[in-house]
Amino acid sequence: MADMSPKKHPMPTLDAKERAKSFKEVAVGYDRETAVAEAKRCLNCKHKPCTQGCPVSIDIPAFIEKVAQEKFEEAYQIIRQSSTLPAVCGRVCPQETQCEGRCVRGIKGESVGIGRLERFVADYCSGKSEIEVKESNGKKVAVIGSGPSGLTCAGELAKAGCDVTVFEALHIAGGVLVYGIPEFRLPKQIVKNEIETLKAMGVKIVTNVIIGKSLSVDDLIQNEGFDAVFIGSGAGLPRFMGIPGENLKGVYSANEFLTRVNLMKAYEEDSRTPIIKAKKVCVVGGGNVAMDAARCALRLGAENVHIIYRRSMSELPARAEEVENAIEEGIEFDILTNPVEIIGDENNFVKAVKCVKMELGEPDASGRRRPVEVEGSEFEISAESVIIAIGTSPNPLIKNTTPGLSVNSRGGLVVDESEMTSKQGVYAGGDAVTGAATVILAMGAGKLAAKSIIEYLNKQ
Amino acid sequence: MHKIISKEKLNDTVVKMTVEAPYVAKKAEPGQFVIVCASPDSERIPLTIADYNREEQSITIIFQTVGSSTMMLSEKQEGDYLEAVAGPLGKASELDGLKKVAVIGGGVGCAIAYPVAKKLHGNGAVVHTVTGFRTKELVILQKEFEAVSDKYVLMSDDGSCGKKGLVTNALEELIASGEEYDAVYAIGPLIMMKFVCDVTKKYGIKTIVSMNPIMIDGTGMCGGCRLTVGGETKFACVDGPEFDGHLIDFDEAMDRSRMYGDFEKHAREEACNLLHKEVQ
Repeated sequence: MADMSPKKHPMPTLDAKERAKSFKEVAVGYDRETAVAEAKRCLNCKHKPCTQGCPVSIDIPAFIEKVAQEKFEEAYQIIRQSSTLPAVCGRVCPQETQCEGRCVRGIKGESVGIGRLERFVADYCSGKSEIEVKESNGKKVAVIGSGPSGLTCAGELAKAGCDVTVFEALHIAGGVLVYGIPEFRLPKQIVKNEIETLKAMGVKIVTNVIIGKSLSVDDLIQNEGFDAVFIGSGAGLPRFMGIPGENLKGVYSANEFLTRVNLMKAYEEDSRTPIIKAKKVCVVGGGNVAMDAARCALRLGAENVHIIYRRSMSELPARAEEVENAIEEGIEFDILTNPVEIIGDENNFVKAVKCVKMELGEPDASGRRRPVEVEGSEFEISAESVIIAIGTSPNPLIKNTTPGLSVNSRGGLVVDESEMTSKQGVYAGGDAVTGAATVILAMGAGKLAAKSIIEYLNKQ
Repeated sequence: MHKIISKEKLNDTVVKMTVEAPYVAKKAEPGQFVIVCASPDSERIPLTIADYNREEQSITIIFQTVGSSTMMLSEKQEGDYLEAVAGPLGKASELDGLKKVAVIGGGVGCAIAYPVAKKLHGNGAVVHTVTGFRTKELVILQKEFEAVSDKYVLMSDDGSCGKKGLVTNALEELIASGEEYDAVYAIGPLIMMKFVCDVTKKYGIKTIVSMNPIMIDGTGMCGGCRLTVGGETKFACVDGPEFDGHLIDFDEAMDRSRMYGDFEKHAREEACNLLHKEVQ
C-alpha cells in the first residue's frame, strides 16, 4: 500500500543565509531512508502518465519501485537504459512541467518527487556501477559539442557499438553544464563523473577543436573517415537589447559572466580570473540563466541583486524551484519592468539602469499577455554591473562553413522528424536546432538523433 | 597538447614561439587568431597567428608579456607543451585584388602586420611598410619586413632608431610625396590605429584595422569582445578581427580595453612577486 501523505518529502537544502555566500550545492539531496519513503508514495498506476512527460522516456514507475525495494543498483540500470546523464537531470530538469507535472498524485496533493529520486539513485550508484563496453560495429561517428545533446547522443551511439569522437571547442568538456550552470546547482564533479562514465564506454573526447574552423563538417566525412555526424553545438550567441549604454564597462552577457564564474572559476577564492564583483547588480531576464547569474552575483559578494523582468511572476520562464531559491536568498524581483537605458559614470562604468514600468495587454503569439509600456513611468535602479540574460541564438560557425546545411530564419538548423539535417548523414539536435531551451529537451533530441543515426548506418 | 618547437625573445618583453598545431596550420590565413592556454588552469588568451607552416604543421605566435597569463606563457621553454592552441578563429584578411598597400605596424602589433605584408608581397602587390616603436630596444621583425616590402620606414618615439616621430608622420609624408594606395593596413595600439584612421579619412583611403579586445572563447559565445562598428554592435571574434577602421568607435574600444585595468595591475604585481620569490 502506498504512502498516501499529500506532500512530497522536502528536499533538504543549505540555510538560505549561509548558502548565499557560498558556491556549495544548495540542494543536499535525499538520504537513503527519505528516498525509500518517498518512493513508497508512488501508486505504480496503470497509465504511467509520468513516463509520457519525460523527453527521454525513462520507465519512471519501474525505477521508483526498485527504490522502494531498496534495490538501488537495479533502479540505476533502469534509468541508464533511457538516460545518459541521470545525476544531471535529477538536478536541472524542470520536473514540474514534465514527469511530475503529469503525476496522478499531483491531482490531490503533491506529485511524487521523481527528480529527487532520480538524483538520489544516480548519486548513490555513480562510480560503483559496472560499465559495459560494447563490441565495435565498425562505424565511426563524430559528435560536435559536448553539451547535453552531444553527450547523450554519444552515449547512445556507444551503447550500439559505434566508435564515437566528441569534438569540443572549449578546453573542458560539458558545454553549458560546465560553463553555464553554476556549481551550487550542478557541481562540476557530477558532470565530470558522467563524462568519465562515457569515456569508460569508449567515447573519445577531443577538446580545443572548433568544428567550422579547425575542421569542417565536410572534412569530418571526407577526410577524417566519419560515417555520420551529429551537430549539438548549442545556442551560443548572446542577445543584447540594443539599448544605449550596453557597451559600458560592467555590462556582461550572462554567457560571459557565467563563463567567467564557472568555467574560469572566478568563484574560487584565489582565482585570477578578472571579473567585476559589484555590490549592486541588475540582471535582465526571467529564465533559469537569469536566476543563475543573479545567484552567482550574490555569491561573489553583491549586497543587492535585482532581477528585471518585463512580465509578471507567473510568466517567469525559470524553474519554480530556482525562483523560490532566489527569493529565499534575497534576490529582488522588479517585475513588469523593462530597461530602456544603461547609464554610466564619468569613467564609463555602469552607474544605474533606467527602466520603465510595464502592464500586461493582449496575449501575443506565445499565448502570454504582451507587456506594454506605462507612459511616464521611468525610474532608475542603481547598479554597478548589469548582466543581460535575455536569451541566445544559434552559433553560425558551422552553418557558414557547411554547404548544403539549411537553417531557419532564426539561425536554427533545419531537421526532419528523425533529427536529420538537409545534408545526408548529418544530424542535429538541442539548442542548435531549437534555440535556447532546456537540458532535457536537448538530451531528448540527442537520443532520438542517435537512434536515427544507427538506423542510417545500418542501411549503409 | 602542443609542443613548443622553438622560442626566441624578440626584445625584453616580446616572445616569439613556434608550436605544433596541425589543425590550425592546415587552415590558417593571415588575419586569423588562436586561443592559447599555457596550462590547464590558465586563462584563455587570443593571439594572432604571426606565421604558419603547413608542411611542418606548426604556427608562430608573438606576444608581449603584459599580465599574469602572458607571463605564464612566456615561462614555457622549447620542448615544453602548451595545453591548448585552438583555431584558426576569426575571418581571414581580404587581400586579393589589392595592388598597392601601406602596412602600418605599431609595437607588438607588427607581429600581426607582418603576415599581411608577406601575403600581399606574395600576391605581387607593392608593399610600403611603416613600423613604429617607442625606442631602439623594442624593434622587432625589421629584417622580415624589409624582405617583403618595396619600401620600409622605421620610426621611433625617441629617435634612437630610424626617424624620430610617429607612424602617422611617415604615412602623411608618403602620401604627400604622391604615393597612391588602394588600402592602408594599420595594426598596433588602439590609439595608433585611431590616428592612422584620422589621417587616411582625410585622403579617403580605405583603411583596415585589426582589433584585439578582451575575449574568452573566440567563437562568439561570450560577447565580451563587442565593438561599435558603423553604429552597430559587432563581435571581434566572429565578425572580425579586421574591420573598416573608419567605422570603428575607437574611444569606446579604448575604454572597454581598460575594464580590468586595476585587476590586471594587481595580478601582474602578484605574479611578479611570486616569480621573484621563486627566484630567491
